[in-house]
Amino acid sequence: MTTSLRALLAAVTGAGMLTSVACGDGGRGAAGPDGADTGLAGTVTVFAAASLTDVLTEAADAFEAQHPDVTVEVSFAGSQSLREQILAGAPADVYASADGTDMDALAAAGELAGHPRVFARNSLQIVVPAGNPGAVDGLADLGEPGLLVGLCAPEVPCGRLGLRALAEAGVTPEPDTEEPDVRSLLTKVAAGELDAGLVYRTDVLAGGDDVEGVALDPAVAAEIGYPVATLARSDEPDIASAFVDALVSDTGRSIVESHGFAAP
Amino acid sequence: MTVRRRRARTRPPAALVPLAVIALTFLVLPFVALLQRAPWSSMGDLLGEPLVTDALRLSVVSALAATGLSLLGGVPLAWVLARTEFPGRAFVRAVVLLPMVLPPVVGGAALLFAFGRRGLVGAPAYDGTGLLLPYSLAGVIAANTFVALPFLVVTVEAGLRTADRRYEDAAATLGASRWTTFRRVTLPMVAPSVVAGAVLCWARALGEFGATVTFAGNLQGRTQTMPLAVFLALESDRDAAIALSLLLIAVSLAVLVPLRDRWLAA
Amino acid sequence: MLRADIGVQLGDLDLAAAIDAGDGEVVALLGPNGAGKTTVLRVVAGLQPLDRGRVELGGRVLDDPATGTFVPPAGRPVGVVFQDHLLFPHMSALDNVAFGLRARGVGKVDARSRAARWLDRVGLADRADARPGALSGGQSQRVAVARALATEPQVLLLDEPLAAVDARTRVHMRAELRRHLTTFAGVRLLVTHDPVDALVLADRLVVIEAGRVTQHGTTSEVARRPRSRYVAQLVGLNLLHGTAVGEHDVRLSSGGHLVVADPLPAGEVAVAVRPQAVTVHRRRPEGSARNAWEARVVDLEADHDRVRVQLAGPVAAAPATGPGDPAVLVAEVTPGAVAELGLAPGAAVWATVKAVDLAVYER
Repeated sequence: MTTSLRALLAAVTGAGMLTSVACGDGGRGAAGPDGADTGLAGTVTVFAAASLTDVLTEAADAFEAQHPDVTVEVSFAGSQSLREQILAGAPADVYASADGTDMDALAAAGELAGHPRVFARNSLQIVVPAGNPGAVDGLADLGEPGLLVGLCAPEVPCGRLGLRALAEAGVTPEPDTEEPDVRSLLTKVAAGELDAGLVYRTDVLAGGDDVEGVALDPAVAAEIGYPVATLARSDEPDIASAFVDALVSDTGRSIVESHGFAAP
Repeated sequence: MTVRRRRARTRPPAALVPLAVIALTFLVLPFVALLQRAPWSSMGDLLGEPLVTDALRLSVVSALAATGLSLLGGVPLAWVLARTEFPGRAFVRAVVLLPMVLPPVVGGAALLFAFGRRGLVGAPAYDGTGLLLPYSLAGVIAANTFVALPFLVVTVEAGLRTADRRYEDAAATLGASRWTTFRRVTLPMVAPSVVAGAVLCWARALGEFGATVTFAGNLQGRTQTMPLAVFLALESDRDAAIALSLLLIAVSLAVLVPLRDRWLAA
Repeated sequence: MLRADIGVQLGDLDLAAAIDAGDGEVVALLGPNGAGKTTVLRVVAGLQPLDRGRVELGGRVLDDPATGTFVPPAGRPVGVVFQDHLLFPHMSALDNVAFGLRARGVGKVDARSRAARWLDRVGLADRADARPGALSGGQSQRVAVARALATEPQVLLLDEPLAAVDARTRVHMRAELRRHLTTFAGVRLLVTHDPVDALVLADRLVVIEAGRVTQHGTTSEVARRPRSRYVAQLVGLNLLHGTAVGEHDVRLSSGGHLVVADPLPAGEVAVAVRPQAVTVHRRRPEGSARNAWEARVVDLEADHDRVRVQLAGPVAAAPATGPGDPAVLVAEVTPGAVAELGLAPGAAVWATVKAVDLAVYER
């Protein structure tokens, strides 16, 4: 029943729930592990897309280890709802999005302090239950009425990208469901309730042993970049910049890659 | 004289009034805000779209069907809980209430494990007959029933417990069988509870989101109910989301207001 | 003919009572609250199964745990008029009366026309469509009687039918109930805690106290010769216990001594004294009153135009049940006499009673 448990947990953490992770104890005045005092002190709040949960949790831990007087608080939710929150005046210092359009919208609204920088890349993959019971081997199978096929809803980024990839491949999909987020789609595939779904490569990895990925032709795999930017209304612009710098640094790159993303 | 006395009796203690006003304000204010954000000029176009009409139809149909199923099974279940003694009854009641406290998404996942294609019961059913609950209107109804049924059971059970059982004795001495007694005496006497429970059940089903999306999925025209449409619209088009929400509110009020005190206060 | 030998254990109540009632007879079950009267009715109606014993109606066994026989309520030819009447609130008066007929398989039209005749018989033809909530207490009682009788039962059970009625309408309703009871030919069993109801409505009384039958007999018998303090109080008599020590002498358990006019049975006896027969004097009465004793006023209590004087002394009621229940003898005097004699708690007085006013019987 490990399938069920994991799927259950995925379902609970998905579906647009806002999870907040506070990293470190923020002990002030302590020296870093290497004995260096970097001079930065304070608390920085990062709003990050839910699909970045693992990456940013680890990155925040690493940053706190580097800067003992800094506390990083990360709020995870869908890119869109985070965008809405920032526009509504939520106190955030850094925004890491899964989708360029949300970042563009914030830029247009003058909410960004600097240019967005892409720190991770991802691409689409077909996810199938372990053992691939539907014998899915390409995008064409997603147009197969006999298979149970799930996509992301066209309103969310993975759905938009998925439809674009399908269109490029000349496939008319026959979805049985259009899930509101990647996690709930992954849940159904992992539970064997769908024969195939179109998700990000990192999600296939996060799905563990319950799922397998079917790689797409790179021409239609819809490479996407994850942009991060400091926010104009930040109270801690220095720490925020330092955090963004750390994300695109070599250390950041190795963290990003360890979670299945491609480096920029 | 009588009028004055009646007024005096229904005037609430002074301390309650401000608290009641605060509570009401807290409830009403979000709806006022919703109205204030409503895209009134484009409302007609938004609500005429097939996405909206499909979702509305599915919501109304599935909520009604879930209420019907809940009545069919929930009233007998409430009767058993209220009137019979058996070991582990407290446990059974707790189990009946679980869907009320469980996050609906978890409920939906549990439904999948039970009735999905690979589920406990679902797998043999699918392998044997090709019958599949998820991704269908039947699945939406099942998810709605799962989360809404407890509201009916709790309300009807409370009604049965407070009902005067001596009337059932009276019916028995008049020669009524237990079934006749239930049908002609017990049920009519707890009718207000049944109606109140059905309304709660319907309202809960109408607003159901988590269990539905997890178990039945989301596809316009097939499984996408109003709450799912609202949630997805929030991702892309806030005006449409607000318009859909207002429509959902209007439908609910159209049902709840005519019921008034007559049934709900029972 | 109803024969009920009832053994039921129900919480604190240990009920063991035998009750027989013949056709055409009205038997009242009289007793304090919680004595088990209503449980007797429930046993007869089949609402309470027996633990031991046997219920038999006209030779047919309705309940016998020894043989495993149990006829459920719906199968018994028993009509019940419940306390509070329990008319179904969601049905009209007519449908209430028709309910039993419908339940027993009579067609709708037939059942309603028969019910209408019953309502007519109890004088409520014009209230057929009324809901119970719109009926007065008296009307509700009549509907309840009509409903119970409509199925033509062999036994009619009435549980405190007048308990919910206020004192003013009670007299009228009691008379009316009596009239309805007389039209029914079967066994009638009436539960009440009101001795007036019992005396007016019943032919025979069965007194139940704490789950046991403490006395039974015709109403006049019970009223004249109470066997328990409870019954004595209900019928307003002083009940003294004693031992016969000669042809006309009784030594009382309270220490005193009385001379009676009637020849005495031997052994343990009960003496019933009406409070009105006890005379109170300030000084020792002159002359030849043979039953005279010194007493002390314990308390006075106004009762309509009379005053009940509680006297402590050698002549007092049979064994007190507790410290709150002092052994006293009640004398009933006029308010004028109270003033004239200067009666007040603690006052020392003399009391007399004539030998002819003492009813003596075996205990």
